[in-house]
Amino acid sequence: MKVILSGNEAIARGAYEAGVSVATAYPGTPSTEILETIARYEGVYAEWSPNEKVALEVATGAAIGGGRALAAMKHVGVNVAADPLFTASYTGIRGGLVVVTADDPEMHSSQNEQDNRNYAKFAKVPMLEPADSQEAKEFTRLAFDLSERFDTPVFIRTTTRISHSKSVVELSEPQKGPIQPGITKQPEKFVMLPANARRRHPVVENRLQELEAFAEEFPGNRIELDDTSVGIIASGTCYQYAKEAFPRYSFLKLGMVYPLPRKKIKEFAGQVKKLYVFEELDPFFEEQIKALGIDVIGKDVFPVCGEFDPGSARQGICGVSEAPQKDATLPYLPPRPPTMCPGCPHRSLFYALNRMKVFVAGDIGCYTLAFLPPLSAIDTCICMGASIGHAMGLDKALGKEALGKVVAVIGDSTFLHSGITGLLDVAYNRGACTIIILDNWTTAMTGRQDHPGTGMTLKGTPTSKVDYAKLAKALGIKHVKKVNPFDLKTLNRVLRREVNRPEPSVVISDAPCVLYRRVEKSGSRPAFYVESSACIGCRACLRLGCPAIEWIPDSRQQGATAGKKKGEASINPVLCAGCEVCVQLCKSGAIRKKDVNN
Amino acid sequence: MSTTDQVKNILMVGVGGQGVLLASEILSEVMMRAGHDVKKSEVHGMAQRGGSVSSHVRFGPKVYSPLIKKGDADILFSFELLEAVRYLDYLRKDARIIVNSQKILPPSVTLGADTYPDDIPEILRKKYPSCEVVDALEIARRAGNAKALNIAFLGVLSKYFDVDERVWNEAISAMLPAKLLILGRL
Repeated sequence: MKVILSGNEAIARGAYEAGVSVATAYPGTPSTEILETIARYEGVYAEWSPNEKVALEVATGAAIGGGRALAAMKHVGVNVAADPLFTASYTGIRGGLVVVTADDPEMHSSQNEQDNRNYAKFAKVPMLEPADSQEAKEFTRLAFDLSERFDTPVFIRTTTRISHSKSVVELSEPQKGPIQPGITKQPEKFVMLPANARRRHPVVENRLQELEAFAEEFPGNRIELDDTSVGIIASGTCYQYAKEAFPRYSFLKLGMVYPLPRKKIKEFAGQVKKLYVFEELDPFFEEQIKALGIDVIGKDVFPVCGEFDPGSARQGICGVSEAPQKDATLPYLPPRPPTMCPGCPHRSLFYALNRMKVFVAGDIGCYTLAFLPPLSAIDTCICMGASIGHAMGLDKALGKEALGKVVAVIGDSTFLHSGITGLLDVAYNRGACTIIILDNWTTAMTGRQDHPGTGMTLKGTPTSKVDYAKLAKALGIKHVKKVNPFDLKTLNRVLRREVNRPEPSVVISDAPCVLYRRVEKSGSRPAFYVESSACIGCRACLRLGCPAIEWIPDSRQQGATAGKKKGEASINPVLCAGCEVCVQLCKSGAIRKKDVNN
Repeated sequence: MSTTDQVKNILMVGVGGQGVLLASEILSEVMMRAGHDVKKSEVHGMAQRGGSVSSHVRFGPKVYSPLIKKGDADILFSFELLEAVRYLDYLRKDARIIVNSQKILPPSVTLGADTYPDDIPEILRKKYPSCEVVDALEIARRAGNAKALNIAFLGVLSKYFDVDERVWNEAISAMLPAKLLILGRL
């Protein structure tokens, strides 16, 4: 049967067909849909783990027990999971263990564009890279077999254009893994005390040699000879772009990107006149190919930064850009960046922080969008959980100077991912910091996934629910205050008091994401409107940056009030979510509730 | 003619929340059912929050790249006026444009810092005389469900392909929840 699947759905399908028994992940674009899809297959245990390190540890435990297991994460998630990864490479597994890394060249939804092929070499773990959804499924199945055959975790690497592209896939029937799950004690293999680890390291090195021999025979590393004047080495989506741009040239298509089939590369190099390596991000192949003494052209003509498309291949090889010139006669187009939704509970909080003129150590989530004007209230964003450490460091470096001037903001899911240890540091080492937990009851940015604070599992089963106030107190924070962010007066009062307190404090901003599915939508909130005759054109409401509030300049008004004011505000009734924050800012009482009976 | 020359490139664009991705999903399903190789590509996550959205759909005997090369799109199918202009550099010289007449103001316009260009249909027609400006909301209303704007608009696109209506209906039935189908028999 043929269906259209995204790369992520195909990986999930491949794992299911391979008889995966445990699958784990923390949501992260572009990897999220892998676990959302696996969770729908019967007989597979699937969980949202608090973070990627826990996800990989749970998957490793399942594999030690003989089950086939998969852990999926975005590229930066592998940084979090790197600790267990590097030593799981030494211990090896019993049941197949597959780690999916979904890289994000171009940083569509990420803070960096690290090339995780480097992790394969660094951790000495083999890596497969599919070039479409059919391969994503086949390679995932194969990865489980390779894992068991070579006693190693196996990486599947995708990029955004594989994970989020859809293509046609032929489905197969699911099978069971060959290993029967059960307890088998092998302490010399799984207890990495120095004496055992010293015995395992040579095993890892031998394994790499055996894997290279496999790579030479692997049909996924294939030479496609045609016009031999030019040969192109490529993997993943880059292969598709180059093939699209130059269907007649010869190709070495790499399905296994580590370890490399050195003999096959030499053979291909010997068959073509001019050799290119077309790879996004780092010169990962190029450096290894050059180390073989082969003359190959790569990053001299193709960029290191950003993602490619078929045009990149043509530009690099033909030497000129074939993209159409920008038409100078077109009007200026206002940009359309992503924004917080109307009714988003983050907006009023960042409005308050903007007015307080504090330094806001930020974190990863929808609220990072508060960086944009007019809120302009995010001053750092580096990685998951970092906000708390940043605030602590600023406090310690500035001493009394920092009092009343620094806060950390962190979302609920991000806090549970890697903020708890930061908060423990603030409590333990007495930082005079205020940590604001933005609890919107969900992992909003990646599409509203559950987490340990939502009371629901990935499989939809009710479960325990973290109490952030009790947790903060248990860690040693004495001053913990919960606020409703839509109540500006109370919010301002609480924030000013806590920020100026010379002791650690936590403020929990408690209001669900406006897209949250479990909030009753009974009768939905009434929309508001601006009473034109009352609006004085002061623009106070516009400082919220709410997409529903629009500035109408005088020139566009009918029956103009020209001369009196420069324009007035207007509320788009289709977009207004009725959060009432603008009502609290309007000095002239012009923002009014619509009479529902009218 | 190589197989890549026979590939059709449809670029679907709009604003996050308009249903661009579902429409491209349905088009891909239809083309697979009509016997083509199909690829489509888009981005999720942060890029979607009310921002500019694009989905590349390519179909033909054999499709390699999931992305359309700039200058190669055969049809630009835009859910919003301004967004149509933003992606013009993806079009072939003889491309066709189908654009919904809806305007959604970007943040800098609602804040009063920028203005929304007011003569977009003329700009598009001047460069691409066959440009079709459609009021998709009105079509959806006439069909009985304003919320099914993306499906109604897709109906306009469907007339440019030689695919049986039955295939469209089957694909839509397979991909939409039954509740929505009852709401809007289109």
